[in-house]
Amino acid sequence: MAGEKKILLMGNPNVGKSAIFSRLTGARVTVSNYPGTTVGFCQGYMNLGKDERGLLIDVPGVYNLETSCKADAICLEMLDQGDIVVNIVDATNLERNLFLTLELRERKVPMVVALNMWDERRHKGIEIDVEKLEKELGVPVIPTCGLTGVGIKRLMVTIRTLQGKEFSPLTKDEKWEEIGKIVDTAQTLHHHHHTFLERLEDISTRPVTGLPIAVLVVVLSFMIIRFIAEGLIGHVFEPLFDKLWLPVIEKLSGALGGSGFLQEILIGKLIDGQIDFGMSFGLLTTGLYVPLAAVLPYILSFYLVLGVLEDFGYLPRLATQVDNLFHHLGLHGYAIIPMILGLGCNVPGAMALRLMENRREKFIAATLMAVAVPCMAQIAMIVGLVGERGGQYVAAIFGILFTLLIVKGLLMNRIMKGSSPEILWEIPPYRMPHPLAVFKKLWMRISAFLKEAVPFVLLGVFVVNLLYMTGVIDIMSRVFAPILSGLWGLPKETISAMLIGFLRKDVAVGMLGPLNLTTKQLVTACTILAIYFPCIATFIVMVRELGAKDMAKAAAIMITTAVIVGTLLNILL
Amino acid sequence: MKLTEMKAKQTAVVIDILGGHGVENRLGTMGIRRGKKVTMISAHFWRGPITVLVDKAKVAIGHGIAQKILVEEV
Repeated sequence: MAGEKKILLMGNPNVGKSAIFSRLTGARVTVSNYPGTTVGFCQGYMNLGKDERGLLIDVPGVYNLETSCKADAICLEMLDQGDIVVNIVDATNLERNLFLTLELRERKVPMVVALNMWDERRHKGIEIDVEKLEKELGVPVIPTCGLTGVGIKRLMVTIRTLQGKEFSPLTKDEKWEEIGKIVDTAQTLHHHHHTFLERLEDISTRPVTGLPIAVLVVVLSFMIIRFIAEGLIGHVFEPLFDKLWLPVIEKLSGALGGSGFLQEILIGKLIDGQIDFGMSFGLLTTGLYVPLAAVLPYILSFYLVLGVLEDFGYLPRLATQVDNLFHHLGLHGYAIIPMILGLGCNVPGAMALRLMENRREKFIAATLMAVAVPCMAQIAMIVGLVGERGGQYVAAIFGILFTLLIVKGLLMNRIMKGSSPEILWEIPPYRMPHPLAVFKKLWMRISAFLKEAVPFVLLGVFVVNLLYMTGVIDIMSRVFAPILSGLWGLPKETISAMLIGFLRKDVAVGMLGPLNLTTKQLVTACTILAIYFPCIATFIVMVRELGAKDMAKAAAIMITTAVIVGTLLNILL
Repeated sequence: MKLTEMKAKQTAVVIDILGGHGVENRLGTMGIRRGKKVTMISAHFWRGPITVLVDKAKVAIGHGIAQKILVEEV
């Protein structure tokens, strides 16, 4: 490609960079309302004219160009290689945002300022004279709105014709003085009445009302997630499988003659002479039913609710509310973000560990998540399988996991040297989620789940069948019988679930179904499956985030915990 | 007085920030610098974080950092 220019999108955290990015490239990117969303780098292409395209890079948000952490250093490195800078500025917070702008313009890289949140500014009673601002800054300024797309076309045209300029460097104090002057000339503030959202902000920030609201939001979220998911399962997915898919499978089974290798692999065992989607364990029965009918509805409703909470801007407030509690666990409030993401899937949760400030905090957060935060696929299966025996048993499993989270956090905070870092972050205003943005993000997450989970589940089911056929399960179950039956009181056949748990936790829980376990054994087995080790995909990301040495330590803690908790449950229940 | 001693809805001007350049820079880019007006929104119990309004943005500050910010009532 002739002349590929690197275009950097830069700005403070939470100014809507990612929204502008997806507008400019049309690519699917996650856009959220809390800092640090862009943990990796998103890049995409945009047309710059005939035969020319630009590589657009969404640089993680920074407040200034002085390096204070690893992410900042990477950001500076990228700046050195950039050809054009698009500085995204939050129009509702001009003064604070302009510091980075003044730093950037000294870099002599051609630059344009996108004055984002242009419509929100009006609601806040802020008047900005764009022409004056442009004159004062000496670079083009274009009002934009990432959500509605206002100003995006003009921004694209301007990027094509940008020229570099020289600015004399200013000291830090001179910059603030300059900013004061610019803001005085270009900005007028009007009095405005408190909107409903702002009043809501106030009551959810104050601790007296904020804490009960936080509890209410979390409880309500889970009720909504369950309601939507069970509705989808009962009215859409199960009927689809029973009415449309079952006849097809039955015909196939008839054609295969009801036995043989292909029957075993594709359809699995017949339960009481019938195909059972949950227990037959063939590729076309359980292999499709688990990801599509049992897990997908929960994934869908979880990410829908999470997406709305994210875009509304509630999560930073939740993080502030739990900061106190989390300090006792050796973490700070923001650790709630990887935990919540981990509830959806531990893989993005593990990626978000990057938000943690130091090695100690990263280690604690990773270990706690791996031990005590089951993913939605696993939760869906537990609710389905254990729920049949009674809701109190499902509650018991989550109660045990939550207790573990608290106890282990308290212990690690005591034992490990150092203290948890202090928080310092901006709390963004509440913003009405844009339905299109919410659904775009939902679709992105769902398609990621389908692409990654379905092949893995199929692989898991295939491996189970192979292990059974080759007799490996028999050998393993004899080897591990002392731990399984001796310590945990489980039949030695559960080893198959423990082995598959490395691959997919939902399939592993599903494998407990045909084993005819007592309720006590089922609760113990589900709890151990949640604790003992992360699935392979999470494991890989964790090794990358923690390093091999810390991951080995974390793994030792997980396995020890599983042995102790399993034994305790066997004795106590 | 320290920022932690402010009462809800009280407005004060930052007069000094104790502690190193690191803390000062981090606070500065969040809009908390000498001479800036801050309004207390809420303080959490048991030495929890403090939320203040500065310019038009809300900033949550850990108790330890907030103690290093000296303010004067206006």
